[in-house]
Amino acid sequence: MSTPGLSAETEASRASRRGGEGLGARLSDLLWRRPALLLALLLGPPLLWLGVVYLGSLFALLAQSFFSIDEFTGQIRREFTLKTYGELLTPANLDIIRRTVQTAALVTVTAAVIAFPIAYYAARYARGRWKAVFYLGVMLPLWSSYLVKVYSWKLILAKEGILNWAFGKLGLTWALEAYLSLPGVGGNSLSTSPTGTFLVFVYVWLPFMILPIQASLERVPASMLEASGDLGARPAQTFRHVILPLAFPGVIAGSIFTFSLTLGDYIIPQIIGTSARFIGQAVYQHQGTAGNIPLAAAFAVVPIAIMGLYLWWAKRRGAFDAL
Amino acid sequence: MPAAVTFRNVSRHFGAVRAVDDVTVEIAEGEFFAMLGPSGSGKTTCLRLVAGFEQPTAGEIAVFGQNMAGVPPYRRPVNTVFQDYALFPHLNVRDNVAYGLMIAGRGRAERHRAAEAALELVQLPGYGDRKPGQLSGGQRQRVALARALVLEPRVLLLDEPLGALDLKLREQMQEELKALQRKLGITFVFVTHDQGEALSMADRVAVFNQGRIAQVGAPSDVYDRPATPFVADFVGSSNVLPPEVTGRLAGRRLPASLRPELVRILPPGAAGSLATARVISTQFHGAVTRVHLSMDGLDLAALLPRGARVPEEGAAVGLSWDPDDLHLMDGT
Amino acid sequence: MRSERAPLWLKAAAAAGLLFLHVPILIIFAYAFTTEDKTYQWPPPGFTLQWFGVTWNRPDVWQALGLSVRVAAISTLIALVLGTLAAAAMARARFFGREVISLLVILPIALPGIITGISLRSAFNLGGIAFSTWTIVLGHATFCIVVVYNNAVARFRRTSASLVEASMDLGANGFQTFRHVTLPNIATALLAGGMLAFALSFDEVIVTTFTAGQQQTLPIWMLEELVRPRQRPVTNVVAMVVVLVTFLPILGAYYLTRGTDTVAGQGK
Repeated sequence: MSTPGLSAETEASRASRRGGEGLGARLSDLLWRRPALLLALLLGPPLLWLGVVYLGSLFALLAQSFFSIDEFTGQIRREFTLKTYGELLTPANLDIIRRTVQTAALVTVTAAVIAFPIAYYAARYARGRWKAVFYLGVMLPLWSSYLVKVYSWKLILAKEGILNWAFGKLGLTWALEAYLSLPGVGGNSLSTSPTGTFLVFVYVWLPFMILPIQASLERVPASMLEASGDLGARPAQTFRHVILPLAFPGVIAGSIFTFSLTLGDYIIPQIIGTSARFIGQAVYQHQGTAGNIPLAAAFAVVPIAIMGLYLWWAKRRGAFDAL
Repeated sequence: MPAAVTFRNVSRHFGAVRAVDDVTVEIAEGEFFAMLGPSGSGKTTCLRLVAGFEQPTAGEIAVFGQNMAGVPPYRRPVNTVFQDYALFPHLNVRDNVAYGLMIAGRGRAERHRAAEAALELVQLPGYGDRKPGQLSGGQRQRVALARALVLEPRVLLLDEPLGALDLKLREQMQEELKALQRKLGITFVFVTHDQGEALSMADRVAVFNQGRIAQVGAPSDVYDRPATPFVADFVGSSNVLPPEVTGRLAGRRLPASLRPELVRILPPGAAGSLATARVISTQFHGAVTRVHLSMDGLDLAALLPRGARVPEEGAAVGLSWDPDDLHLMDGT
Repeated sequence: MRSERAPLWLKAAAAAGLLFLHVPILIIFAYAFTTEDKTYQWPPPGFTLQWFGVTWNRPDVWQALGLSVRVAAISTLIALVLGTLAAAAMARARFFGREVISLLVILPIALPGIITGISLRSAFNLGGIAFSTWTIVLGHATFCIVVVYNNAVARFRRTSASLVEASMDLGANGFQTFRHVTLPNIATALLAGGMLAFALSFDEVIVTTFTAGQQQTLPIWMLEELVRPRQRPVTNVVAMVVVLVTFLPILGAYYLTRGTDTVAGQGK
């Protein structure tokens, strides 16, 4: 029994050296014999962190939403009550919730419409170098600074900014002014109108919609589209009956981002838009200047509840496979 | 001298699934031992139990008499050639082969010398600087072999090592593996679902079915004297006759195996004809022609050598065989 | 796929979409050089480099940058450790409650940032914890874990399980296997995840406003400028530099994870 090139060595010494004898080797033996211990050691730190830091805080928040604020002293009364949730139902607060959800929905639909051609082209036609261009073309805006992106729109939408300038050059200033005078969408300038808020939301969350749609479209095999064409479907029919249903989980996955991010944002409407508030702003103001943490907490539960319902529905539609 | 590998009443259950069910077998030192069976029959799990990647639910596995319970894979005197080769993609061929020596703390020069020697052994000298991704399937297979052999294991475990190769290469590797095993004299435990591979290479074959060993024996034993209808059918697709038919033909009510190549086809009513049948179809296979027959509703196959007269489809024929070739199976 | 050509309208729509994504960022670059310092006038009346010098000499910008880098570095480190551990656990074992754990990891970015922020804030309140660098890190590390985790899990999934078995089979114990086989195979994924985590933390503002107290990270500094513009030219320069700086880790992460399929598909 000899493999050429190996030094002669007794069986016993070789066998004993296998696996090593140090502390590490003995610890490794122990973990090998007790896989459950190894699993616990691996999972322990992240679970402890997320469980204590994150879930702990989340429960602290939830608990506070069942407290109330004493109207006379301004102190938080640490007794269980549903009174604070009752306050959510005042017309002003319901208006905030309605405005936020409505904007989130509109932003989501618009983002999906703009995202689809990009994702479709990138998944289906872009090859080689162009594939990389599309990938980075979406990744770079996705990851570049949120505040810088918001800031850029403040520059664009400003009265003296590029958009007004462009409308002026095209002789369309009258059209812009007519639009801005419309109630509900208009305002003093684009940067102080609901349209401005909406535009910035769409811009900032658009990459979050493109990527999951592209991922789900990448999974549609080309042969399936050929099969559809083979069976006599016109391109429009293939699109309607094959591509769209298959891409739908991607759209839902993307909408989870756009919807959730819009629901919770308080910076964009603060910088671009009217004085009408969104949920995020309400939360921010109640916990900050007003010091009404219970109401802020109760407000924060609204997006959680909405997202919970939405996620439950999305899971049933199989959207998570495209994440 | 204890056996190289001993299975003593070994079972491995995954939940309700009995992947390995009460297996007892001894593999002798220096033996080329094949574990043969369809997928899911428990042969690969048996190999993984020896390597230490799985733990037995019950029973005991010993390597050279040493009980392997609680011994991690890295302390076992066996090495494995994986079905997907499992070459480390981040290392070149030389470092792949020398990996075990590096772990054992051998010096660089010694490692490289040994790796080159092992590569020569598998006929890949000078391939040390390539990355696994630059090699063909057959070359990767050889590197995996060299990597396992360089540690001089007393038992080499091979998990369907030729499964991913095309036919021509597979036949060539079969010969090489066999020659290598003879040259090194170490124990090979070889898992395969290819009965031809098992019969041609192994000293002994264990045929697995549903987690159990249906039969262990030399290839000719297993082929000529299958213990159960399953073995008869799986190894060489034998004709399995039910007990009633055997009772009529041979006087004992036991299932029997009748190899297709031992069935002779005669003109209807010819002298020496033991039974009559109708030809369902014939298939030309090159060296032989396979004839599908129906004998009183029982499907039978017969193989005719090149040059023999092939009967017409639908024709009535007589059948005969050597009474000794009708092998009665008293296993279950 | 057959070599077919995209319809013109699709090309136009895709191109328009990409332009929509990039033009606003490019506009920032133009503003960084404008001579106008009171309004957002377009087109810029003139171009100058003077604001770069002014920004360079601003201690508040440097302080904010320093805090941001420190927070991002610590958060990334914590996220790397915790994210890798969680990914390794998910990769190696099927166990009860896997779905709960993956949900728990994803939750901090699935829920709006303001919820993470106000949760931490109220927990600090209840616990009487004073604001410090560490309160910021606590929040950032929490949502950075998922970035590392996602990258690591994807790589683990594509790395053949038999590599670990092969290493053990060749005599390497668990730690040696991790050091010589697992780590080299997931290194680029971890590096990519770390870079993305860094970029995420470096840029984060929503959670940070709740956990920073009076401290200023660079995004908080910018937010103040956005709400009450006082230093428009300096803000323009900072915005441009931030864009350029965040591009580096993104490009790095892209090149690190590109083409890994061929490596991971090895031996299949």
